Amino acid sequence: MTLDAAEPLAIDPLLDDPGTRIIVCCGSGGVGKTTTAAALGVRAAERGRKVVVLTIDPARRLAQSMGIDSLDNTPRRVKDVEGDGELHAMMLDMKRTFDEIVEAHADPDRAKAILSNPFYQSLSAGFAGTQEYMAMEKLGQLRARDEWDLIVVDTPPSRSALDFLDAPKRLGSFLDGKFIKLLMAPAKMGGRAGMKFLNVGMSMMTGTLGKLLGGPFLHDVQTFVAAMDTMFGGFRTRADATYRLLQAPGTAFLVVAAPERDALREAAYFVERLAADDMPLAGLVLNRVHGSAASRLSAERALAAAESLEEPPDPADASAENPAENLDDRRIVDQEAGKAGDRGSSDSSPHAVASDAHASNADVSHAHASDADAAGARAGIDPDQVGSDQVGPDREVPDQESVERLTAGLLRLHAERMQVLAREQRTRDRFTALHPEVPVAEVAALPGDVHDLAGLRTIGDRLAAGGPPAGAA
Amino acid sequence: MSRLQVVSGKGGTGKTTVAAALALALAKEGRRTLLVEVEGRQGIAQLFETEAFPYEERKIAVAPGGGEVYALAIDAERALLDYLQMFYKLGGAGRALKKLGAIDFATTIAPGVRDVLLTGKACEAVRRKNKQGGYAYDYVVMDAPPTGRITRFLNVNDEVAGLAKIGPIHNQAQAVMRVLKSPETAVHLVTLLEEMPVQETVDGIAELRGAELPTGKVIVNMVRPHVLDEAAVRGVTGDRRKEVAKTLTRAGVTGSAKLVTPLLEQAAEHAERVELEREQRAALGQLGLPTYELPLIGEGMDLAGLYRLATELRKLGVGE
Repeated sequence: MTLDAAEPLAIDPLLDDPGTRIIVCCGSGGVGKTTTAAALGVRAAERGRKVVVLTIDPARRLAQSMGIDSLDNTPRRVKDVEGDGELHAMMLDMKRTFDEIVEAHADPDRAKAILSNPFYQSLSAGFAGTQEYMAMEKLGQLRARDEWDLIVVDTPPSRSALDFLDAPKRLGSFLDGKFIKLLMAPAKMGGRAGMKFLNVGMSMMTGTLGKLLGGPFLHDVQTFVAAMDTMFGGFRTRADATYRLLQAPGTAFLVVAAPERDALREAAYFVERLAADDMPLAGLVLNRVHGSAASRLSAERALAAAESLEEPPDPADASAENPAENLDDRRIVDQEAGKAGDRGSSDSSPHAVASDAHASNADVSHAHASDADAAGARAGIDPDQVGSDQVGPDREVPDQESVERLTAGLLRLHAERMQVLAREQRTRDRFTALHPEVPVAEVAALPGDVHDLAGLRTIGDRLAAGGPPAGAA
Repeated sequence: MSRLQVVSGKGGTGKTTVAAALALALAKEGRRTLLVEVEGRQGIAQLFETEAFPYEERKIAVAPGGGEVYALAIDAERALLDYLQMFYKLGGAGRALKKLGAIDFATTIAPGVRDVLLTGKACEAVRRKNKQGGYAYDYVVMDAPPTGRITRFLNVNDEVAGLAKIGPIHNQAQAVMRVLKSPETAVHLVTLLEEMPVQETVDGIAELRGAELPTGKVIVNMVRPHVLDEAAVRGVTGDRRKEVAKTLTRAGVTGSAKLVTPLLEQAAEHAERVELEREQRAALGQLGLPTYELPLIGEGMDLAGLYRLATELRKLGVGE
């Protein structure tokens, strides 16, 4: 390790502090933002707080794990949360949120006119910025209701992580900006000094836009604008209010990333942007970090040892007749499944040769293997409890050679793991070098996805433990 | 192969990398490909370790075997100004429009206009001819928005066509849609063998099919070799742990007694992952689409890794 490890991010004090009212999880796509938000919500609730989690676009099973797979834009209490706190969760319906704003701020006739306007319908169904705007709008609403001590909010899967800071402002300033006012009433501007050239530009512009988009489109926009007239001031005001809320001391931003180059580059960018906008950053959550309890064995030594075990004493022994054929066949099935797209012959794994030898065999067994074996895997394997009862009488006892092969496999697997560790370390070091001031919580990788409360609790535990998994530092 | 190759995928699956590798793989035997990005992230420039691109097509790589890869970061605002200039000779008035926020309005807020401009530029490159009358680019590869938005992005022309019922944007949208829905286009989805990306892929394919957009391949990225499986781990019974320890010692590993448990734990995790991957493969298999698998580049993705992926894609038959 070439640099001092970043200060660990203490999650529990953040969650327990009654002064923490909003936690915003942001980061690039695919880094586990939503899962992190949900895990923080569960943990905070089980530590006694009354929490609401606002998710934007959760994966179906994650939503199901919190019982919010129905989309009704209202927080629902999550069952089976332990302790004194409460967890509520909701999934954002941006169109519904937009409709609600219109309904709340316009009289029924006008609201009806707006809601049925084709331009409004396209706008509210999700154009650049609408989702971000509505997420912030919903956050503002939840905060204003003051029913929860803590709001955990996930951010939309934007083009870039910055969109959600910019888009509300952008949409707000459009909806109540100069351009739309011009569209509505160019005449109003005519009298002002210095506006003449604008007016020329204006007629040219409406003319051009009319030509470009077609008269009916502009008409739709103008009707929309006219109908929204009374609400315009509101949009900018609300966008500004939400923006200030994000800067307030009760808010904490968590930048979420995975230990990959692109995700951490985006995270660094976001850290800089938050600082520029005076947004309070609590720290970086680094998901899916790998560790190894055997890290003192280096990749190079593990590979060398594996190779020494794989040198066949007598080539004849490597034939398909060997007594460990049971093991072989199952392994080969994996290998074949893995090669469904033919990854080519450069595969350096020790079984590549064996799998070629069994190619025809594996094709036959491929079809039934997945069902039979999946059940075994779900049962979970605790290496400390792997007992002899699992070797049935029909399974031949592996001989010396199979132990060697198994050991070689364990070593190769370890070498692969150590290479992953080294790569993750490099990307993390790059981030730490750029931003040594940012506290980091590392979350050890899970083999599978999370889809229940127990899984979210596990993530929460790992978040709170914060430090690198064994061997990763 | 279709001449417009659209590459989408869930965030984090490496769609930009796959798009770039595909552009390299397709630039075979003197062919020219254009790699376009539409989200303003300059991901291609970062991948090729060059400065951010201005709004112009420039050569960024020579493919193995001599073909050329050009790249373009399409910018909706610039595309609109170009477009206005081309059709209306606006000149300075374009700047006035910009000052008023009209260009921002058209490219950011006006429903779908932005997407028409982005896809329109890509389609223009697909149809462009050179002086000899051949195509300027043999293939155009688009690093497209992620799976969750791809159908809306490509199909938005329909939406615009509904909104802008007449006029050049309308006509443009119609023309673009004809290319996008034709066999000239193939939309590929990049995924990992993990539950969420696979679920998004399954949903994404259903949406593309619903919109009658031409689905291409499912590209499974970062496939790790299976070194050991569950059965092998199960083979290590209680008293064989000692034998494993002995074997480790014999192979020159010191302190092997303490290593057996962590090594077996890693093997158990690996076995669990192998099983999860098998389930995800089965789910992808149900889609009935051709699948490519690309290996995980263990050293992390860099230019060398990119060329390796391109070579893998050629082995799989890309550009034949």
